[in-house]
Amino acid sequence: MNTILSKEQLSAEVFRMEIEAPEIAQARKPGQFIILQMGGDFDERIPLTIADASVERGSITLIFQAVGESTHRLALLEVGDSIANLLGPLGTPTDIRHYGKVVCIGGGIGVAPLYPIVEGMKKAGNDVTVIIGARTKDLLILEEDMRAIADRLIVVTDDGSYGRKALVTEPLKELCESEKIDCVVAIGPPVMMKFVARTTAEYNIHTIVSLNSIMIDGTGMCGGCRVIVDGKTKFACVHGPEFDGHLVDWDNLLLRLSTYHDTEDEAHHRCHIGLHIKEGEA
Amino acid sequence: MHETREALDAQAQEILKENEGRELKAKDRIQIPVQSMPSQDPVVRITNMHEVALGYTEAQVRAEALRCLQCKNKPCISGCPVGIDIPAFIAKTAEGKFAEAAAIIKESSLLPSICGRVCPQESQCQLPCTVGKSLKDVDCSVSIGRIERFVADWARENNQEVIPTVAPETGKRVAVVGSGPAGISAAADLRRAGHQVVMFEALHKAGGVLVYGIPEFRLPKTIVEHELKTLLDMGVEIRRNFLVGKTRTLKELMEKDGFDAVFVGSGAGLPRFLNIEGENYVGVFSANEYLTRSNLMKAYDRDHSRTPIYNSHRVAVFGGGNVAMDAARTAKRLGAEEVTIVYRRTEAEMPARKEEVGHAKEEGINFLLLHAPLAIVADEKGRVNGVKLITCELGEPDASGRRRPVEIPGSEKIYDFDTVIVAIGNDSNPLIHATTEGLEVNKWGNFIVNEETLETSIKGVYAGGDIVLGAATVILAMGQGRKAAKAMNEYLATL
Repeated sequence: MNTILSKEQLSAEVFRMEIEAPEIAQARKPGQFIILQMGGDFDERIPLTIADASVERGSITLIFQAVGESTHRLALLEVGDSIANLLGPLGTPTDIRHYGKVVCIGGGIGVAPLYPIVEGMKKAGNDVTVIIGARTKDLLILEEDMRAIADRLIVVTDDGSYGRKALVTEPLKELCESEKIDCVVAIGPPVMMKFVARTTAEYNIHTIVSLNSIMIDGTGMCGGCRVIVDGKTKFACVHGPEFDGHLVDWDNLLLRLSTYHDTEDEAHHRCHIGLHIKEGEA
Repeated sequence: MHETREALDAQAQEILKENEGRELKAKDRIQIPVQSMPSQDPVVRITNMHEVALGYTEAQVRAEALRCLQCKNKPCISGCPVGIDIPAFIAKTAEGKFAEAAAIIKESSLLPSICGRVCPQESQCQLPCTVGKSLKDVDCSVSIGRIERFVADWARENNQEVIPTVAPETGKRVAVVGSGPAGISAAADLRRAGHQVVMFEALHKAGGVLVYGIPEFRLPKTIVEHELKTLLDMGVEIRRNFLVGKTRTLKELMEKDGFDAVFVGSGAGLPRFLNIEGENYVGVFSANEYLTRSNLMKAYDRDHSRTPIYNSHRVAVFGGGNVAMDAARTAKRLGAEEVTIVYRRTEAEMPARKEEVGHAKEEGINFLLLHAPLAIVADEKGRVNGVKLITCELGEPDASGRRRPVEIPGSEKIYDFDTVIVAIGNDSNPLIHATTEGLEVNKWGNFIVNEETLETSIKGVYAGGDIVLGAATVILAMGQGRKAAKAMNEYLATL
């Protein structure tokens, strides 16, 4: 169960893994996520959005960034190894339907979960423009995959090392100015999603965002993932993870994401030592 | 004053010397003092996660068993949700025949080591006890729970447990959703009848609230693992990492996967919040989250666990139930200097077990009674630095029969806290209901069931435990699991 079928390094810190998980593959829909746990008594539960799935192969694909101790250890697993615990699909699927003109925006690792949504939006008969962005060229992922399915693709980097030197909001604003857009989907760092939502609010464009709040069980039991949407407390794991970007209390989300910053910094440091990987290399 | 286990054992030895081998009259039995539960010294235990109650010694359990009058009408049995033959196992205990005593309990309860620890005996079997009644104090009843715990632990430690026999295979398949107390007891009885039983658990460890909710210091996890192993030995299959309603729907289990019946024991789901200002600041946790981090994810072991837990100094716990006590005592063990239970009524109305309140007090937990939270305040970084509370007084009884707390205008005051744990109960989890057409629930989302059979509005689907009762107890959930299994076994026989 949960055997790794293939593994590929997409960029310095980003890995793609295809994992045998026939039940999840069958049930999953775009926008849903899994929680994995490496099997030890002390291992944490990590939520990751499903990047792709194949019912025929009975597999799901995860794309993750080795940022913390656990994702580093995950990155060390090889083809043939298996992941001890894998639960899913979790969360409410993306509200995919025929909107008309759709702009899908992915930032950094957020490009990965965006892929099945772009696919779904295309299947539903939408005209889909995709904007993908990263800090720098080396961190850009899935460009070719996106190019293959999107009607048009715009690539931006913060430092201009590849594509256009811009933040994703710049081409978005231009699109909003020049044509009538019916729906925007944004997945990426919360600050990026916040500014995408702010940009589209001016044009009154329905905007879907996917929130990555801190989570433990993923089934609604702990309430750690709560976010404020339209002034009400919602649980990202069961009510989300996708919400109307115009109604999200972004400042509170950013605040809550910082809950364990002190501890995480310490763990990040410790894990590099434990794995004999130099900081900055993986 | 803390009494050591050795000292308590010596007292019990004296009692045995005086009383054993002579004919005891009811009057003699009643005069034997209640045997206190040996426990870790509070000063020591707040620095560790080990079990607080250490369990009776052999002399103590026999002395306590001598207190039982072996009443003809056996009032205690009617107080037990699973109907254990209490006088019979106590009689065997008094004779020192612990294996036989354990076998008697196992006829009715699969989880005696757990129930002996977490059941609210004072409001169940020990409430109608004749000894307690004649001494006009329920605390003076025969300590049935402590005896049960001793006997169950003894049988486990001495490999004297009886594995329940399983009837010949019927070829029928049953799905049990959730591996908590309701699911465990239902699975055991269904398997005993010869059905193939698959238990589905969403988390990576089985046991439900016994694993994620109740702390190690109250219920060691090795005991839960042991009880689950009994199920496996009986041939029950446990599938972890499987969320019914998401991985597969309930209908798919029945229509595609060929399950002839389903028992849903999915437990209480979404933690409730007060909906007061500031509840989403950094440093506010549901008790579920706080306890899950500590218990399931082992965050209390800061050197090893990869799941962090908040560094707290002054903790306010909202609520007066057992979960509030568990959260407060956990926070204390994790190093908080001051932990305060904030409850809007008085101690008399607290739903927590008296024993738990007592343990919390011994451990230096503060009780701020007749205070209700109005708002949570934070510093400029959004981290909790205080709680605004208002003083209450008790008014007329409300629907629950408890006197309603009435706020005293103008008595608001901000108290200094850096962490808030909200322990005011759970709403039911909507996952199964939302993905199962035709499943009827009440306005709180609890499944509506036939009271006799616990069958839901869908034929072949039964439910029990917190998903039906709302937040209740381990033993009530177990009782429902058994009740449903009985009806399910009858239903399956007709297929």
